[in-house]
Amino acid sequence: MSTTQPDLLYSEIEEELRSSVRALLTDHCPPSAILARCESARPYDLGLWRSLAAELGAAGLQVPEEYGGAGASLRETAVVMEELGRSVAPVPFLGSAVLATTLLLACGAAELLPELLPALADGTRTAALAVPLSTAPGAAFPTGVRAAADGTLSGRLTSVADASAADLLLVPAVGVDGPGLYAVEAAAAGVRVVRRTSLDLTRPVSDVTLEGTPARKLAGPETAPAALERALLTGAGLLASEQLGLAEWCLGTTVAYLKERRQFGRALGSFQALKHRLADLWLETVGARAAARYAADALATGSPDVAVAVAVAQAHCGALAVRAAEECVQLHGGIGMTWEHPAHLYLKRAKADQLALGTPGHHRNALAALVDLPGPVG
Amino acid sequence: MDIRDQVRDFLAEHDPTESDRLDFLRARFDAGLAWVHFPVGLGGLGLPRALQAVVDAELAAAGAPDNDPRRIGIGLGMAAPTILRYGTEEQKSRFLRPLWTGEEVWCQLFSEPGAGSDLAALGTRAVLDGDTWTVDGQKVWTSSAHTARWAILIARTDPDLPKHRGITYFVCDMTDPGVDVRPLRQITGEAEFNEVFLTGVRIPDAHRLGAVGEGWQVAQTTLNNERVAIGGQAMPREGGMIGVVAATWRQRPELRSHELHQRLLRSWTDAEVARLTGERLRQQLSQGQPGPEGAAMKLAFARLAQELSGLEVELLGEEGLGYDDWTMTRPELVDFNGREAGYRYLRAKGNSIEGGTSEILRNIIAERVLGLPSEPRTDKDLPWKELPR
Repeated sequence: MSTTQPDLLYSEIEEELRSSVRALLTDHCPPSAILARCESARPYDLGLWRSLAAELGAAGLQVPEEYGGAGASLRETAVVMEELGRSVAPVPFLGSAVLATTLLLACGAAELLPELLPALADGTRTAALAVPLSTAPGAAFPTGVRAAADGTLSGRLTSVADASAADLLLVPAVGVDGPGLYAVEAAAAGVRVVRRTSLDLTRPVSDVTLEGTPARKLAGPETAPAALERALLTGAGLLASEQLGLAEWCLGTTVAYLKERRQFGRALGSFQALKHRLADLWLETVGARAAARYAADALATGSPDVAVAVAVAQAHCGALAVRAAEECVQLHGGIGMTWEHPAHLYLKRAKADQLALGTPGHHRNALAALVDLPGPVG
Repeated sequence: MDIRDQVRDFLAEHDPTESDRLDFLRARFDAGLAWVHFPVGLGGLGLPRALQAVVDAELAAAGAPDNDPRRIGIGLGMAAPTILRYGTEEQKSRFLRPLWTGEEVWCQLFSEPGAGSDLAALGTRAVLDGDTWTVDGQKVWTSSAHTARWAILIARTDPDLPKHRGITYFVCDMTDPGVDVRPLRQITGEAEFNEVFLTGVRIPDAHRLGAVGEGWQVAQTTLNNERVAIGGQAMPREGGMIGVVAATWRQRPELRSHELHQRLLRSWTDAEVARLTGERLRQQLSQGQPGPEGAAMKLAFARLAQELSGLEVELLGEEGLGYDDWTMTRPELVDFNGREAGYRYLRAKGNSIEGGTSEILRNIIAERVLGLPSEPRTDKDLPWKELPR
C-alpha cells in the first residue's frame, strides 16, 4: 500500500537541530520556570519563542525560503515538536508554526503570503488556527462564524489552542458562497479572546468571539475545506512527535528516580514488578518513535499513505503519552502527586493532547474506512 | 561494480532454470551472494547487510531457487553468526557453506529440564580426555533435532566455578550414537520439538567454539541473534497474523460485532506499529546502528500473535469450537498459515516462551536498556556445584 520506502531514521541535520533546540530549552526552560509562569497572567514564554524562531529558525522550518523560512520540511518540524514535548515548553509552536503556517501554505493565497508568512517564520508575530483544539481531521467545516456580504466576520469559536498568544487569527467562516478561510488581526475591532482555565497549564485554550470584525479572505469554497483538512492532518501527525518526546521524558525521569529511590534496603528499580512496567512502557515508546517518524515522513514527502500514517501515529502515541505520564506520577509515589514536582505538567499536557486533533479512538475508527475493515452491517 | 551487475554476471554464468538447485546454491555461496555482509570466501562480499535485499530481489526476479530459509532458521539465524564470530578458520570453512545451502540442518542444544530461564544453571557435563570431550546430559525443547546434522551445544566444563563461568560452547554431531532424540508432544497435538538425551557423546576439541569456560559469552551472540531472527523479518503491511484475521473479517461480514470491531482496529494499529518498529530496526541495522529494538520486536510479536489468534477463534463463533487435527506429527517447520484458527491460537502461546520468555525479555530491557539494577541474587557467585537444587 505504501509506495516509496519511508525514511524512519533521523538525518544528521535533524540530530543537529535537535541538539540546538534541546540546549536552548535546557538553558531557558527548566520546570521551575514553567511552574512559576503557568499561573501568571503571561503563561507563554514569548522570549523563549523568539529565541526559538529567530536564533534557531524553528518556526519557519516548513516555510519556503522565498517567504523567509528555512525551506526544510515537516520532518525537521517534527523533531522540534519532540523536543518541545520533552520540555512541555510554553510556546505557541503547535498553533503558529504548525497549524497556522500549514494552513497559510495550503491556502496558497499568493498575494497575502509575502506579507503574512515571513513574520510567522521569524517569530516576530504568531498566529493561531481558530478551531477547537479537539477538532479531528475529517471533521465537518466549522460553522460557528458567518462571513457577511461586507467581508466582516461574526460568531464564536471555542477552545482554540495558542490563541491568547496570537497576533493573527486564521478563521474558518461560512459566507453566502460557502466555506472560506480568513485572516483576522487579533487587535482588530470586535475581536475578543478569552483565555479559559485549561487542563493543560502549558498550552491554554481560549474562546474567540468576533463581532463585525474586518477580515481578509485567504481561501474560498474551492480550497478552504482542503486547506483546513491539510492543517488538521499535519497538526495531528506532528502532535505524535510531541507525544513521543513527552513520553520519553516521563520514562527517562521515572527510570532515573527508581534508580535513586531506596525502600526495603534496595533501589526501587530493582523490583521486578516495577521493571516490567517500565520495560513495557519502553516497548511502546520504541513503537511510538517508529510511528511518529513515519507520519512525519509521510507528511513531508506527500505520501499517498499519509492518512493511514497519521491515524496510526495518533492512535498509538496519544494513548502512550497519557500512559507514560500516568506511570510517571504513580511510580514517583507521593512526590509525583505534588504541585512542586513537574510530573503534573506532563500529565496535563498528555491528557489534553489525547483530545487534541482527534482522540486515539477517533483515529482508530478512521482506520476502519482507510484500510477496509468496516464495522458490522446495521 | 554495482551489486546488481555482479548478480547479473553470476546469472549469466549460472542459469537458474537450467542448473540443479543444490549446484546453483553452492555456486551462489561461492560467488559471495549468499549473505553479502559476510567476508569474502565465506559466502559474502564484506558489503553492508542492506544490499542483501537487492541481491535477493534480483535473484528472485530471475526465477532462482532460494535456500528455503524457514527450514534452516536455526542454522542461519543462530549458528551462523556465532560460528562467524567465534569459529576458527577451519570451522568457518567446514560449516558455513552446507549450513547456508541447507544441505546440513542445525539445531540448538541449550535448554534443559532444570535450566530454562536460568539457562546458566545447566548441568549437562562435558569432560575432556586428550583431545576429545565426552558429553552426558539431557536437553529439551529442541526444534529440528530429528532432522539436524549438527547442533550448537553448551555444556558445563567446570562445576567448581560460578555458573556463568564454567560453561563451554561446542558443535555437536547429531549422528553420534550417543545422541537419542525423542519427540515431545505439545498442546497443538504435534511434536515440533524434542527431548535430546546425550550419553557418552564424543566431541573433538576442534569442534569447540570459543575458549574453554567462555561458553556463556559465546551463547549471548546466539541468543541476541535468535531474538532478531524471530522478531525481525521484513514484513509488508498486514504481513503477519493480522492479515489472516483481517481477511476473515472482510470475507465474512456476518461474523462482525461492534465489540470485535474495536478490538480488531486496536490490534491492526498495534500490528502496524510493530511493523514500523521492525522497519526502523532494519534501517538502523543497515546503517550500522543496531538498536536494542530486537528484544522489543520479539515481545511485541508475541503479544500481537496471542491477541490476534485469540480474537480469530472468537470471531469464528461456532466454527471456533472445532479443531483441524490432533494427530501427532513431527513437522519440519512451523506453519501458522497452513492450519486453522484453533491451531494458531494454541501455537501462539509458545511465542512468549520460546527464545527467552517475555518475562526474561522485560528483565533484559529493564537492565540492559534502561540500566535498572538486577534483583538481589544469591546464586551468582557460588560455585555451580554448590547451588541449591
